[in-house]
Amino acid sequence: MALITARQITKEYRVGEVAVPALRGVSFEIEPASFVSFVGPSGSGKTTLLNLIGCLDKPTAGDLRVADTDVVSLERKASAEFRGKTIGFIFQDFNLLPVLTVYENIEYPLLMVQKISSQERQRRVSALLAAVGMADHRGKRPDQISGGQKQRVAVARALVTNPKLVLADEPTANLDHDTAYMVLNLMKQMRDEFNTTFIFSTHDPKIVGEAEIIFTLEDGKLNRTKNRGGNGHGQSL
Amino acid sequence: MGNLFKIAIRNLLRYKRRTLLTASLITVGVVFVLAFVSVAGTFKNMMIGQITDSMIGHLQVHRKGFVASLETLPLNMNLKGGAIGKLEKILAAQPEVEAYSPRIKFGGMFSNFTETSSIRITAIDPAREFKTAPFLPERVKNGSRELKSGGILVPELLAQGMKVKPGDTVVVVATNADGSVNGKQFVVTGVMESATGPGGRDGYIHMDDARELLRMEDKQVSEYAIRLRDFGKLDAFGKKLAGLLSQELNPLGKPIFEVHTWEKLSPFFNIARMIDLMTFFIKIMLIAIVLISIMNVMIMAVYERIREIGTIAAIGTLPGKILSMFVIEGLCMGVVGALIGDLVGIGLVWILNLSQISYDFGMQKGLVLQASVSPADILMISVTVIIVSVIASLQPAFKASRMEPIQALRHI
Repeated sequence: MALITARQITKEYRVGEVAVPALRGVSFEIEPASFVSFVGPSGSGKTTLLNLIGCLDKPTAGDLRVADTDVVSLERKASAEFRGKTIGFIFQDFNLLPVLTVYENIEYPLLMVQKISSQERQRRVSALLAAVGMADHRGKRPDQISGGQKQRVAVARALVTNPKLVLADEPTANLDHDTAYMVLNLMKQMRDEFNTTFIFSTHDPKIVGEAEIIFTLEDGKLNRTKNRGGNGHGQSL
Repeated sequence: MGNLFKIAIRNLLRYKRRTLLTASLITVGVVFVLAFVSVAGTFKNMMIGQITDSMIGHLQVHRKGFVASLETLPLNMNLKGGAIGKLEKILAAQPEVEAYSPRIKFGGMFSNFTETSSIRITAIDPAREFKTAPFLPERVKNGSRELKSGGILVPELLAQGMKVKPGDTVVVVATNADGSVNGKQFVVTGVMESATGPGGRDGYIHMDDARELLRMEDKQVSEYAIRLRDFGKLDAFGKKLAGLLSQELNPLGKPIFEVHTWEKLSPFFNIARMIDLMTFFIKIMLIAIVLISIMNVMIMAVYERIREIGTIAAIGTLPGKILSMFVIEGLCMGVVGALIGDLVGIGLVWILNLSQISYDFGMQKGLVLQASVSPADILMISVTVIIVSVIASLQPAFKASRMEPIQALRHI
């Protein structure tokens, strides 16, 4: 059963009186534990599509189911609860909370979003800190670590709630080439370890090659899909 | 909840200078309000104390209608035998009453045998009067504080104008209830200053002398002054006594007595009210300072952290929790400002008292300011500041909690 099913998704933004289409009837399915990339030039609709899958926005038309939930019909609070339980986010600018340490940033979703016991929190955060290689930096604040380290912390934060899906919008855009590969490999490794579906967007052709399933977007349309093997499966419909 | 406080405090410390400035503003506001409340309150209490303890008493009972015609001090409005007995019986049974004192008040002429002037006489039973108005003896500047039969305490300005001094013989002439005029010689026992300032023409004689001068064959009293054990219970006791006395009716079925607190009998009550009004407006200013400064800081905080709000909202933080996060920041700032303000304010009041600041009230010179601030005032001001801080944070916090994560994340 597909983790994500999108049918005829359309998204329009209004600029004054004019409706500007961002997505034009996009349909696809993504299976669990996939490592997926949405590729396309700037303005092709990658971020819009990730925002819809991540329940941060709603489509103008079409059906979208994530983890067997009709996310289009979710109200504001239900949507937040769904995101907290099901989806992890990795942002282009890392978006770590500057007042929290590395450890606390990873712990944040368990404290504020899910009510997890202290022992379990400690176990999960420590395990992820070790997994992303940041155990030695647990007490540092975000301004005391490098960009690559920040993104590793962001990966750990996204995974700490054991989500079914992690969305990463241009996760390597602010990283140098080596660090970008390292972060992608880390994400893949996490996918293998936790069976989490990773979807990331990028316009960098070198990074795209790391994805196992590639959806290409152009002018709001999903043009083609490439399956390059791996654990998951995805197809445009 | 502890984690929300931790994050709030760290966010406040993130902008140390701004937080310090805002907390300082609140602190200064609290300090000034505490200082004003303590000084103004002390002055007000001293003023009320002087008026009630040296002249009026806490409250008074008269025959119904007496106060309306107080200017003429009518002798035909005096309380008489049966009414006096009933009143004394009721007053003696009240545990709130510390002391009460009968008085006869009348107008007359004061003569030193060469000049004559008008005078208002209050005839008292000294032993009972000094318990009811304990500051009264302290107003005697020259001569003896004891008032015996045949003696008169002369007001200071009248004594100066008529050139009389303790030991001199004077005559008081008065019209009694049936219209005949009588006179009686008195020896000036002492010269007393006015409680309320220049112009006082109130002299004191013994109750027995007044009865002789006014040819009163039966016991008569113009008013009863009452002193309570606890001044704070004045209003409650005033109502209680009025209720008790309202049951005492004359043969026509009309009430015999009327009860007035000092507030109804002294123009200084308006000054006390003005002090209360000024205190109220000072508190309003404090509320405005707290409201504007906290709201300003919180609006800035929300604006500067839009992307952070977007991040925490995106990862599933519920709107209520985001609202709490910002409200707690305002709350913390209010608590810190109030606490520091309380400490500095108490310190300032202590320094004021150490400085031995003196002032004049009426004819009394060199009264030393003994400012005090009550725990109730500190609590009330602190709680007000904290509540206003929370209210001021609500609008920015609500705005933060209602932000769409997608728009917040796009914010640059």
